[in-house]
Amino acid sequence: MHDLWSHLSLGLASALAPGNLLYCVIGVSLGTLIGVLPGLGPVVTIAMLLPATFTLPPAAALIMLAGIYYGAQYGGSTTAILVNLPGETSSVVTALEGHLMARQGRGGVALATAAIGSFFAGTVATLVLAVAAPPLGNLALGFGPVEYFSLMVLGLIAAVVLAHGSPLKAIAMTVTGLLFGLVGTDVNSGVQRYTLGVAELSDGIGFVVVAMGMFGLAEVARNVERETTAGAVPVITSLMPRREDWKRMAAPILRGTALGSVLGVLPGGGATLASFASYSLEKKASRFRQEFGKGAIEGVAGPEAANNAGAQTSFIPMLTLGIPSNPVMALMVGAMVIHGIQPGPAVTKEQPDLFWGVVASMWIGNMFLLVLNLPLIGVWVRLVRVPYHALYPTILAFCAVGVFTLNNSVIDVYLMALFGVFGYACARLDCEPAPMLLGFILGPMMEEYLRRALLLSRGDPTVFLRRPLSAAMLLLALAALVAVTLPAVRARREEAFAEDAA
Amino acid sequence: MLLVRHHPMGSATRMGPAYFPLVLGGLLAVLGGVLALRALAVRGAPVGRLTLVPLAVITVATLLFGVLVRRTGVVPALVVLVVVSSWASRRFSWRTALALAGALAAFSVLVFVKLLGLPMPILGPGLGH
Repeated sequence: MHDLWSHLSLGLASALAPGNLLYCVIGVSLGTLIGVLPGLGPVVTIAMLLPATFTLPPAAALIMLAGIYYGAQYGGSTTAILVNLPGETSSVVTALEGHLMARQGRGGVALATAAIGSFFAGTVATLVLAVAAPPLGNLALGFGPVEYFSLMVLGLIAAVVLAHGSPLKAIAMTVTGLLFGLVGTDVNSGVQRYTLGVAELSDGIGFVVVAMGMFGLAEVARNVERETTAGAVPVITSLMPRREDWKRMAAPILRGTALGSVLGVLPGGGATLASFASYSLEKKASRFRQEFGKGAIEGVAGPEAANNAGAQTSFIPMLTLGIPSNPVMALMVGAMVIHGIQPGPAVTKEQPDLFWGVVASMWIGNMFLLVLNLPLIGVWVRLVRVPYHALYPTILAFCAVGVFTLNNSVIDVYLMALFGVFGYACARLDCEPAPMLLGFILGPMMEEYLRRALLLSRGDPTVFLRRPLSAAMLLLALAALVAVTLPAVRARREEAFAEDAA
Repeated sequence: MLLVRHHPMGSATRMGPAYFPLVLGGLLAVLGGVLALRALAVRGAPVGRLTLVPLAVITVATLLFGVLVRRTGVVPALVVLVVVSSWASRRFSWRTALALAGALAAFSVLVFVKLLGLPMPILGPGLGH
């Protein structure tokens, strides 16, 4: 307990340093600003703004990126509620009830509910993060290459299980990602792999290039094709929830926070899974369940709390184990590496001010979300109206400039275009890009750990089963894999994701 | 629903560097095979009408930016990118496209080059600078 306070006060001191505070505000505002634009989710927002953080000191950069993340998340909810155009999967369920509320003239209340739910969840999740991170980090310090390899297998399998659509396709995407991750010079032997003789490829493919291609360009191509522009934006009258609203949102927010905090930690989990789970929970548990589908406030409060809690706690595996659990965290890992920090258990020990600064800034950032966003709703409403045919060339321009300036390399721009085509093809074939990006990030690490593990065991593969922790993780992965292929589970899983298809 | 994702296996130079890719490549080939067979055997939902024009226009626009940015600098490259990519939309109009291109070029020069100091030529050597 004493440790917790000293950690948090250290973090607050670092997060409240004028520079860091400023970047936190900038991050949250920029994130919301871009996240509000229809069709732009957190992954593209972060990828686009990443180059802007390169010149900052590491702590400020991470604080700003984290701010962008939950800012974009909140911005996405705003768009979902006001015009029923969710920018990312995690706000799909918010759109269901939230937009109905907006059509009944209660859009302001829905937005306020989302903000309040997010803030409460963010506060709790920050505490969860602060409590859970040190023990997990300590546990991870005892991990050898064997455990890391098994953990990554588990993480990838979990990503497959939680992906939409066919598990087989998700596995194929993961393996594809792993292979793309191997492009470049082999660390151990110096041999060039898959570079096709292109010198620029010997350093490997940049993850930002892949992320922008798969999530930015491919999304733009998909959206232009069915070009939807926001219809009439409902008028916002009163923001203040009524007394009855307060009463009705309390329990869903609590449930959503708890659910989100747990689901966020899971590999492959995070905001999306949390919000879907919370929506179905509220639909079953709420006393007002007959109002679902007619604009129930519970359907906004629960999922919004859950997705924010999930977004925060998904930092736990990333910060303590160095293993990203979703594409956003994969981008974060990339950002840390660019700043010369190897994410993993050592960060808590060696750079406590950075680690706790980031943690504390999350809470501050969530507070800013609450105080910044509600008064600025008028601005967001205007942004939501930006027509897509003016918006998408802007997205392309930022992606192109961002990728070019990353390494000052033209090849990266070409590669991004290629990944755009690839991402578009995958989307049309119902192959999820998220497992691929995870595989892409984990590929080189996995190979490295596999080699080291086998080197230490003198080529004996049973070492993965003889270490208890590693064996447990592999068993869990196997069980998860078997479970998704069972017909009964499969039917339920499809049901759970069915709402997303709408 | 055909999955054509068989990458070139690369040269297996030595047992070391080729080991991991070989295993993965084999796995992917098997998966691709199973998916392809299943796609032939099972009648799934149709992929839907392919509208490749927007994709093609956007890809070409991005590639053009890559070609131009070094040679002519970021301003002409951005103008080309924005104008060409705007063309993908059914609501294309020269006025919006040019206005947007101008605004974005000005913004990029101000923020990225001047403010953040990112290394990009504003007007490149291809234009005699």
